[in-house]
Amino acid sequence: MSTLSTSQRLQAFANPTRFMSLSGRILGPMAAVTALLLLSGLYFALLDSPPDYQQGETVRIMYVHVPSAWLAMMGYMIMAGASAIGLIFRHPLADVCAKSAAPIGAAFTFLALVTGSLWGKPMWGTWWVWDARLTSMLILLFLYLGYIALWATIEEPARAARGAAVLALVGALNVPIIHYSVVWWNTLHQPASVFRMGGPTIAASMLTPLMLMALGFTMLFVTLLLVRMRAEILRRRVRGLLLAKADM
Amino acid sequence: MRRAFSAVLMRDLRLATRAGGGGGMAVFFFLIVVTIVPLGIGPDLNLLAMIAPGMLWVGLLLSALLTLDRLFQADFEDGSMDILMMGDLPLEALVAAKAVGHWLTTGLPLVIAAPLLGLLLNLDESAYPPLMLAMLLGSPALSFLGTIGAALTVGVRRGGLLASLLVMPFYIPVLIFGVGAASAATSAMPSGVYGQSLSLLGAVSLVSLVVGPVAAAVALRANLR
Repeated sequence: MSTLSTSQRLQAFANPTRFMSLSGRILGPMAAVTALLLLSGLYFALLDSPPDYQQGETVRIMYVHVPSAWLAMMGYMIMAGASAIGLIFRHPLADVCAKSAAPIGAAFTFLALVTGSLWGKPMWGTWWVWDARLTSMLILLFLYLGYIALWATIEEPARAARGAAVLALVGALNVPIIHYSVVWWNTLHQPASVFRMGGPTIAASMLTPLMLMALGFTMLFVTLLLVRMRAEILRRRVRGLLLAKADM
Repeated sequence: MRRAFSAVLMRDLRLATRAGGGGGMAVFFFLIVVTIVPLGIGPDLNLLAMIAPGMLWVGLLLSALLTLDRLFQADFEDGSMDILMMGDLPLEALVAAKAVGHWLTTGLPLVIAAPLLGLLLNLDESAYPPLMLAMLLGSPALSFLGTIGAALTVGVRRGGLLASLLVMPFYIPVLIFGVGAASAATSAMPSGVYGQSLSLLGAVSLVSLVVGPVAAAVALRANLR
């Protein structure tokens, strides 16, 4: 066993059966850690942290909003990275990972948009502004939804995986272009944004709950990703068995 | 290879002009979209002049999207796609030839028709040259990026609608820089916006010239295996 090369060790993890047994063992502890982090984060965020001197109690939305926005972007990065690995190395778990990450990332993008909207109403007096960040977040949601729609329409998994990987990679290339074009457009249309408030630094009493929530959300993402990947592998096994049965 | 490229291009152009309306249909669609706008928002000439560049660009985007599904779907259905793929023309070059054909039959006619439709929207005369230049620079990007959506949805039922959904987010930079160039000429924009948006638009077009055929070729290979 000690003579295995790095690529051979990676190959070992590519085996879905090995993945199933390994992920099955770590899933329980991971769920427990996630629950612990989220509970303690929520306690500090909702009860044991001071209200903002400007924004009052509404600042507590931040503890859900900011981690969601981070994970929305991280989800796309995971999806694009897994797609690249699947396309280049034909790693059998990579496209399962990319497919499973998409709905979770889309959910966090949606959560970031909704909490942002709820936060915007008391702060800016409106549910929605065509700010550069909000607009590019909305477009990110559209990219996620297009990716999910492509998976849903192509029936054969191997074919869908390659097409979706192409879409995810072109999207990853385009996300910065779209983002900077929206920023450019926004500065062109509304110089001096109304809502450039917020202190330059964040107080330690707010940073602790924010970091706890960010860690908890990340763990939640990874746990959900593992659950979805396991479900996807089982779904493919069922499909294979049904096809084999139909052949007989 | 050059002969094969021009043969594919000429075949597409001939097909477009002799069967299927060619550029005429796209121009007609463009005209209808632009006519519907004043009916929807009212005949106020000042307001129309203000939104004219944006509306013309949206019309251009929609007409380009509407014709995307014809890019590969017809060839896929009658089997000529298989024969084209067996030829010695690399798949990337084949996609590029198809994209050029698409641009010549939809993008270019619309750019030529744009000033006429600008009249309907009370667009200022001084905005015509910058608008046309921006459309000329940006419309190839619409065709080349569009090949990705068309290639991903080859052989998919109701693929046309899905292709539009997939491609629309990629069109956003083209729309933003294109409208920026046209409206820089009409309204009081800071100096330099015009040149800036034109060069950014050209950059987006050049990127799509490379990314479109390569990505579409990978998608086609996956779909037609």
